[in-house]
Amino acid sequence: MTQFTINGRAVSIDADEDTPLLWVIRDAIGLTGTKFGCGIGMCGACTVHVGGRAIRSCITPISAVDGAEVTTIEGLDPAGQHPVQKAWLELQTPQCGYCQSGQIMQAAAMLKDFPAPTDADIDATMSGNLCRCMTYVRIRAAIKQAAAEMGGKS
Amino acid sequence: MLKRVLLGLIVALAAGIVGFSVFAWRPAIGKIAPPASSAFAPELVARGEVLAGAGYCSTCHTTAGRQPFAGGYPMKTSFGTIYSTNITPDAKTGIGTWSEAAFRRAMHEGVARNGSHLFPALPYDHFTKLTDADVSALYAYMMTRPAVVSPRKSNSIPFPLNIRALQAGWKLLFFHPGRFEPDAAKSAEWNRGAYLAQGVSHCGACHTPRNALGAEKRDKAFAGAPIDNWIAPPLTAANPSPVAWDQDELVAYLRTGISRYHGTAAGPMSPVVHDGLVKLPDADIRALAVYFADVDKAATRSADLAPALQKAAAADRLNAGPQTDPSARLYTAACASCHYNGASQPTPLRPDLALNSAVNLDDPTNLIRVTLYGVSTKDGAPGVLMPSFNRFSDADVAKLAAYLRTTRTDKPAWPDLEKKVAAIRAQGK
Repeated sequence: MTQFTINGRAVSIDADEDTPLLWVIRDAIGLTGTKFGCGIGMCGACTVHVGGRAIRSCITPISAVDGAEVTTIEGLDPAGQHPVQKAWLELQTPQCGYCQSGQIMQAAAMLKDFPAPTDADIDATMSGNLCRCMTYVRIRAAIKQAAAEMGGKS
Repeated sequence: MLKRVLLGLIVALAAGIVGFSVFAWRPAIGKIAPPASSAFAPELVARGEVLAGAGYCSTCHTTAGRQPFAGGYPMKTSFGTIYSTNITPDAKTGIGTWSEAAFRRAMHEGVARNGSHLFPALPYDHFTKLTDADVSALYAYMMTRPAVVSPRKSNSIPFPLNIRALQAGWKLLFFHPGRFEPDAAKSAEWNRGAYLAQGVSHCGACHTPRNALGAEKRDKAFAGAPIDNWIAPPLTAANPSPVAWDQDELVAYLRTGISRYHGTAAGPMSPVVHDGLVKLPDADIRALAVYFADVDKAATRSADLAPALQKAAAADRLNAGPQTDPSARLYTAACASCHYNGASQPTPLRPDLALNSAVNLDDPTNLIRVTLYGVSTKDGAPGVLMPSFNRFSDADVAKLAAYLRTTRTDKPAWPDLEKKVAAIRAQGK
């Protein structure tokens, strides 16, 4: 039995210890904003926060999050108004949208460590999040806009 | 003539066996009725709790997921598997009938209550340094734990190594009984650290290499050694980390499980920090740090910091812009999002791989283990984790390790990486 909180709600999950956190989030808990992409930690679509840090939930065994605080795209901001989410909307960043919850979670966590990210910082920390629609230029612009709103200067 | 020689040999052999038996024999110490918890002063029990934390006794004396101190934890040695024993005060299966004298003899001399010699899996070669007062406190703590019925499991040590009396011979060769002797030339804080490190915390049990008979090599104290499928790094000046383990880094690591310049406590070191040393007051953590910062001669290496940070930042610049090298692409996609620090000072929760202990060790084991199996929220930095990249092929994990070794250090390449990854994958978590 693994116990942790997800978006502030305590959950108790009975699953094999190797079950990926992503499966538990989508199938057992029913939060489907987090997406399955590659299943090997190479595309970033499944990015969630554990303890406030961005991690790939598809390669995180459920046993590794015992006692942890997990946040998904649904819990990033109660009203969906996190500065990154607002910037995403204003700049119409997504195209098909499949990778975007992962992109937003990665960007929101990254801005805590790099409040005023340079292009190099954004490239290095966001390269693990693939976008097959090639919205990278808008992703970078949206991150900078969010950083500015949060008080950092790029 | 031949008869007389044979007879002489037989007599000599018999005398030898009798002599050794006399030498090896230890009396049983009489059973006592398990003492009531109220028989021990609460302050003494509290002190024992701190010491039991310093010795992280529960790590080896607890089976995962079971009651603390009830034993049954398998210790795999090159001689076979030894199961830890139940040290709760249960009268039948634990140490409930052990008097304090029997407990002290086990700690100081490695002899069980019934007179049999203990295997040095119990690090009595370290506990022998404990003061009588500290042994009393540990006894008080153990005897006031809830008694748990948990029968001993049979060790898989083959004949003749399983003959307990032979341990007396091992002791004759390698065991140096006696209390800790302070070094008058050093500070009280240093001596406190040395007392803890060499005694109850038994750091050398993992960090000192052992000889063919399983004894720590005294002339190679803290030189680093393999343990439980991990590498316990050297704690001496031979530690290959680019930044010295100075007092501040040691305090941070031993207190929180993270050193921003070396990485996080993973593998067997994790319970030492998070379940054991967590009980120690800050003053004792500082004392340990003072001692080990002297053992590793950190004071002579303070000039290493600035160039090491510059090199780390330069390595991070390698991953900016389009990448064509397949290894660099693997790293950029899988690792950089968490491990990149760029031009900023490395932050503890973004372990910088140019500075990281696992990337700089002579042996790639720790790096491969962490890559394959990750670091859970209970290990390393509490509450955060590294996922487990075990869906990567052996070739890709090997590529990543080789890439980090080449681009993040000046040290020689690790040989046979792919085979090593396969072997570590086969060992399991």
